[in-house]
Amino acid sequence: MTIRARFQLPYPGFALDVDLDLPGRGVTALFGPSGSGKTTLLRCIAGLERGARGQLEVAGETWQKDGFFLPTHRRRLGYVFQEARLFPHLTVRRNLEFGQRRVPTEQRRVASDHAVELLGLDHLLDRLPHGLSGGERQRAAIARALLTSPRLLLMDEPLAALDVGRKQEILPYLERLHDELEIPVLYVSHAPDEVARLADHIVVMDAGRAVAQGPLAETMARIDSPVRLGEDAGVVLDGRVAERDENWHLARIEFDGGSLWLRDGGHGAGQRVRVRILARDVSIALEPAHESSILNTLPAAVVELAGESHPAVMLVKLQVGGSPIVARLTRRSACGLELKPGRRVFAQIKAAALV
Amino acid sequence: MTDADLQAVWLTLRLAAASTLALLLVGTPLAWWLARARGQLRNAVGALVTLPLILPPTVLGFYLLVLLGPQGPLGKLTQAAGLGLLPFTFAGLVAASVIYSLPFVVQPLQQAFEAIGEHPLEAAATLRAGPWDSFFSVVVPLARPGFVTGAVLAFAHTIGEFGVVLMIGGNIPGKTQVLSMVVYDHVEALEYGQAHWLAGGMLAFSFAVLLAVNLLKRERA
Repeated sequence: MTIRARFQLPYPGFALDVDLDLPGRGVTALFGPSGSGKTTLLRCIAGLERGARGQLEVAGETWQKDGFFLPTHRRRLGYVFQEARLFPHLTVRRNLEFGQRRVPTEQRRVASDHAVELLGLDHLLDRLPHGLSGGERQRAAIARALLTSPRLLLMDEPLAALDVGRKQEILPYLERLHDELEIPVLYVSHAPDEVARLADHIVVMDAGRAVAQGPLAETMARIDSPVRLGEDAGVVLDGRVAERDENWHLARIEFDGGSLWLRDGGHGAGQRVRVRILARDVSIALEPAHESSILNTLPAAVVELAGESHPAVMLVKLQVGGSPIVARLTRRSACGLELKPGRRVFAQIKAAALV
Repeated sequence: MTDADLQAVWLTLRLAAASTLALLLVGTPLAWWLARARGQLRNAVGALVTLPLILPPTVLGFYLLVLLGPQGPLGKLTQAAGLGLLPFTFAGLVAASVIYSLPFVVQPLQQAFEAIGEHPLEAAATLRAGPWDSFFSVVVPLARPGFVTGAVLAFAHTIGEFGVVLMIGGNIPGKTQVLSMVVYDHVEALEYGQAHWLAGGMLAFSFAVLLAVNLLKRERA
């Protein structure tokens, strides 16, 4: 099952124009700066933008095409808004039931108990929304959307209105959602760390268009990307905790192409993890450094080089075994090391984070 | 109080109840439309609905009498529909009261609807609620203070009516003679004692109603 979305929506000073084939499973991030059309695209998919022309098919069901517009309440979707939008006159329990009651019994796939447990809402069920914290409200809104057993879950920056602490509180719930439910998610975000942590697939939006899309690791490693991530440029690798060193509080993460010693994140051996390596934390040497503070040095081959927005800086894409890594260097360094595609080098990784 | 007085009180209460009900039925869709429509038509309708606030009741009553009379377009319509002529009947009083008190219902409702905005409706739509469903399960409960204010004001305002009902209803005891007219008759006849009973009662009632509305608003805030 896939999601096929084609939309044109002209606004004064802004036009959405996209043609996308999105995977019908996992989390797809719609990523881009403010005003790039991410939320508008999500609203088009939900049927909340009546002025949008185009076609939309979700899991073989046509939601919109020329001369046909399935109204929002007939689309089997869940929508989590940036501000939770719980109904203020209903308790959390009645909010959760609102959508569920309107879904025919035979279409219900998500049990109330499961959603309540998944999002940690047991103790909040009889409270009214205005008495909840921002994080609690957003968790209730996510559960409410899930309980309509949607074929597609749309999330519009569900963490944007929350402070860092609240974000950390919700992220694990979102990860469980991803791991435990087979509902495809479209997740709007402008925060690279959220995307690195949650997404499997990414669509990069800019000025109303989709400028790049593909599997997360592959797309993040593109250095020709028309959207410059600047300080956030970098790659995401899927790995596994191979061993933990209790002495130094480090964990060795194995990925396709080698392994890295990172700060122990408390994950058990064997657990799957994601590692994010920013381009600015990767430097390149021709010889492995023997006496250095850098723990992780990996043999690599140069794949390609590209300019960055500042003329002094270059991005270098390296291949480490089966994984791409991007390094950011000055143009002068790249020149001095005579970097060119195919050249064998050593990637020195100063820092990497488990996300 | 005389029997005629009591009869007038009873008629007035019945008129106020019937008018309030009719006002909510007519005013709700009108206020909903005014809260959501855009453009010139909306402005024109909005002004028309507010007109009874500033027109002298006699002017309003006069035009209603003409419109609903045997030669008036609405009068021809009610006759064709088998309803007969409305002037000088209870139904005529209700019709006149509805128009006279319309702004008192439409304005609080319109404000309540506007304050709700699009967000809860969009959320309801993503939770499978169709437009009617959303209206009754989300809009009505959220706009409840607007409904209460509108209903109370409509009831109280109808009770205090004089000019319009006089024009459209005449002053027929037991049929169209309402409280304010009886007070007028008593004063004309220099029966100040009886006038005091009714006038004082209305004064106290109106004060109580406005106090209740204020308390209601305070509680909401």
